[in-house]
Parts: sequence; C-alpha cells; structure tokens
Amino acid sequence: MSSSWPQVGAIARRSLVRTARQPASVIPPIVFPLALMTVNAAGLQSSTDLPGFPTESFLAFALAVPFIQGALFSTMNAGTDLARDVQTGFINRLALTALRDWALLSGQLAGVVALGIVQALIYLAVGLAAGVEFESGPAGVLVLLVYAAIVSLAFGALGAYLALRTGSGETIQAMFPVLFVFLFISSMNAPRDLIGVDWFRTAATLNPVSYMIECVRSLIVEGWDAQALVLGFVFVVVLGIVSIALASRALRTRMTRT
Amino acid sequence: MSAMWNVVSGVAWRTLKNALTNPQIVLPTMLFPLFFFTAFAGGLSQLREIPGFDYPPGYTAFQFVFVLLQSAAFSGVFTGFGVARDFESGFAKRLLLAAPHRSGIVLGYGLAALFRWVVVAVMLTVVALVAGMEIGGGAVDLVGLYGLALLVNFCGFFWAGGIAMRFRTLQAAPLMQMPVFLVLFFAPVYVPLELLEGWIEAVASVNPVTYLLETGRGFVAGDAPHVLGAFAIAIGMGVAFWTWAFLGLRKAEIAGG
Repeated sequence: MSSSWPQVGAIARRSLVRTARQPASVIPPIVFPLALMTVNAAGLQSSTDLPGFPTESFLAFALAVPFIQGALFSTMNAGTDLARDVQTGFINRLALTALRDWALLSGQLAGVVALGIVQALIYLAVGLAAGVEFESGPAGVLVLLVYAAIVSLAFGALGAYLALRTGSGETIQAMFPVLFVFLFISSMNAPRDLIGVDWFRTAATLNPVSYMIECVRSLIVEGWDAQALVLGFVFVVVLGIVSIALASRALRTRMTRT
Repeated sequence: MSAMWNVVSGVAWRTLKNALTNPQIVLPTMLFPLFFFTAFAGGLSQLREIPGFDYPPGYTAFQFVFVLLQSAAFSGVFTGFGVARDFESGFAKRLLLAAPHRSGIVLGYGLAALFRWVVVAVMLTVVALVAGMEIGGGAVDLVGLYGLALLVNFCGFFWAGGIAMRFRTLQAAPLMQMPVFLVLFFAPVYVPLELLEGWIEAVASVNPVTYLLETGRGFVAGDAPHVLGAFAIAIGMGVAFWTWAFLGLRKAEIAGG
C-alpha cells in the first residue's frame, strides 16, 4: 500500500500541472461563476425586499452559487482530461505498468480537489472583499472549505466516471447542458419557499443541487443551520460514494491487462 | 447577382446543415435559451410582487423578451464560432479562393445565423405560450418585437464574425461571447430599470440594450416606449458591426485566409 503513495502523488501532480497549463481550463471555472454572481447580485438586489427573504444582501445570498457552479465546471474539466488520456492511449500504456488502478483514480481526484480548494479560496476572497459577512464566523469558513473539497471530489468522480465509461471528451462536453439544468432548476436565485411557480418549486425541492447550495448559503447568511448542513453533506457524500464506486468499476474495465 | 446568390446560399446551406445536424452545436443553441427562460420565468416569478414592479402581461412575458433577444444575439455569436472553425480547418481559405464574390461569404454566414435563430425563436415562443405567457400587444407589435430581435441577431453575428475573421481561431471564442454576455446582463434583466439600485442602475441607464429590452417588453404589453429610438440604436449598431465584419473580411483576405 505504502509503495502506491508516490504513484498517487505523481498522478495528482500531473493532473494539477496539466490543468494549470491550460488557461481555458483554469480561467472559465473561476471567472464565469463570479461574473454570473456579480450581475445577478446587482440585478436581483431588489428581490431582498420580498417578505421572508433571508438576508438584506443578495450578494451574500448569491455567494453560495459559485462554489457549486465551479464544481460543475471541474467535473467537465476533469472528465475531459481523463477522456483525452483514454483517447490518446495513455491509460492503455499505464495498464502495462505496475500502477494500481485506485492510485490512478485517487491521484486524478486529488488534483481536482486541490483545484477545487483554490477556486473556493478565490470565491471566498471575492465575497469577503465585497463586504459579505459570514454569520457562522471563522469556523463556518473552515466548514465551507471542507465542503468545497468534498463537492469537488464528488463532482470530479462523476466526471471521471463519465470519461472512463465513454472514453470521449466530446461526450463529456455534451453533458454540460445536462449538468447546467441541475444548477438552473434549483434554489440558486431564490429561496424555495419564495418560488411562486409550483412545478419549479417541486423540481427545485427534488433537485439535490438545491440542498448543496443551501448548505453553503446557510453558513453565509444564517449561521449554524443543522438541517441545511446535514442535508447538504448527505447529498454530496452519497453522490461522491456512488460516483467513486462507478468510476472504480469503469477504470478496472479500462485497465484490464490482456 | 446570381453568382453572388450562389455564394450566399451555398455558404448558408452548409453552415446551417452543420449547425442543425451536429448535436454538440445544436444542443447548446436550443437548450440554453430554454434553461434561461425556465430558470428566470419559473424561479424568479415572485419578483412581480416587489413594490413598484408594474408589467401587466406578467413575469413570464417580462423574461420572454429578454431571452428572445439573448437567443437572437447568441445565435449570431455561435455562428461566429463556425466562421472561426472554418478558418482554423482551412475550409475558409478554399472558400476565399473559390468564391467569385467574397462578400457573399459573410452574407451567407449571416443568413445561416438568421435561420438558426428562427428555429430557436419558434421553439421559445411555443414554450412561452404553453407556459401561459400573456400578450397584450397586437400583430403589429409582435412584428416589431421579432424585427427588433432580428436586428439583434445580425448585430451578434457581425460582431462575432468580425472577431472570427480577424483572429481566425476558435481560441477567440471568449472574445466573441463574453462582451455580448456582459452587455446583455448589464441591462434590466430581472426587474425594470426603475427598480435597479447602485452601479448596475448607472450602467443599465447608458446601456443601449436597455432601450431594446424596454421597447421589446413594451411591444408585448401593447404599449411600446421609444420605438424609433430602439430601432435607430439597433440599425446603428447593425451598420457599425456590418462595417466591422467586412473590414475583418479584408484583413482575412490580406492574411490569405
């Protein structure tokens, strides 16, 4: 087992360096969620006048969204990179070495998590610089960073599964609109109890992404909300476990020594 | 004239066929306007309860106009991606050599952008009507709305096409879409201009898209404000971006495609 750690480190380093060398993979996951948050926060500020809106600052309300949106971007990037490894035959060549399959997956996901934490720190810094106050205090910030890491791991594993299952970067990119549906049909722009259209409120309630956003949001605008935290962690941990299990199975198939 | 039309129709047919038969191209074009419409009209409908929000046709119609103009602009921008792809692959170089009238190449892409948007606009309108959108305006108002959106489509394409012919690579895609995205969202997207506060209110007040949006929403309500001003802005921008695109074509010709 201990001899596998250098393998995990090497794969993680490769994953990070490869991402860092592609500005198109690094800049959009950071800039696009922040741009969307900025225009939404400005344009939707007046919605805080609605009775029952949980905060007077829409920026504080909207700050939760980039954490999840950035993770969705990471899914695409991680998946596309891994799919390229399949397409170029890199995975086949690795199959000829002593590399363990779990080490490959762990290394790949470690790189995704590291990038996710960097993204989270940037979103956090922008929020704090813009005057957002964390109702849950410094401990809440720490919980948020841990959550961001788990979300990146879960979505990264989902991207890895899609990549290993399909072996096609184009298919991964084509999944982007599907993942975007989950973000858009959620409580990203309004608390669920203030959504006026019945079917949309029902869809947002059934959508796990709503609970992930609400988990982060609760730390920022409400303080310590046990229900929001438990639901947010449960959904993301379940997604992570299922995705990792599926990705491991798909990787075993890909790396079968013949 | 017939030689020119041959180029225009040939380029338009090929571009349209590529755009509508490739799922990776057609899905984002069709789905993103629907996502925006669903998320805004469904998720934010309570904004109509904000004191001072006064738009009789309702929030669905309020958002429909924004998403219609947005889809028009982005159908043009996405066609610009195709121009860049054609230059990257070397196809545009062969096109420049073969076409007796090179202006027809740009016009052909522009025509494809228009047809591409028409498909999206029909789908979006049907979805909005099924979702219960109310229309207070008459037939003339609706012609005005779609006419305005058509001009926005031309502006979106000629802007993106101008970029594509200058850079001749898909790496310029963010340069094509980010300014369009920002100028659209720096307008009163979610609530009327009077309800915006802070810096966004100042920016939206001088943003030309604000006037297009207010006139478009007015068409749906049957009481369109500053119609002449909005069309003057749209036609003015269209002429400016037309010039921009044809200057881009000259640059591509000088560079040899």
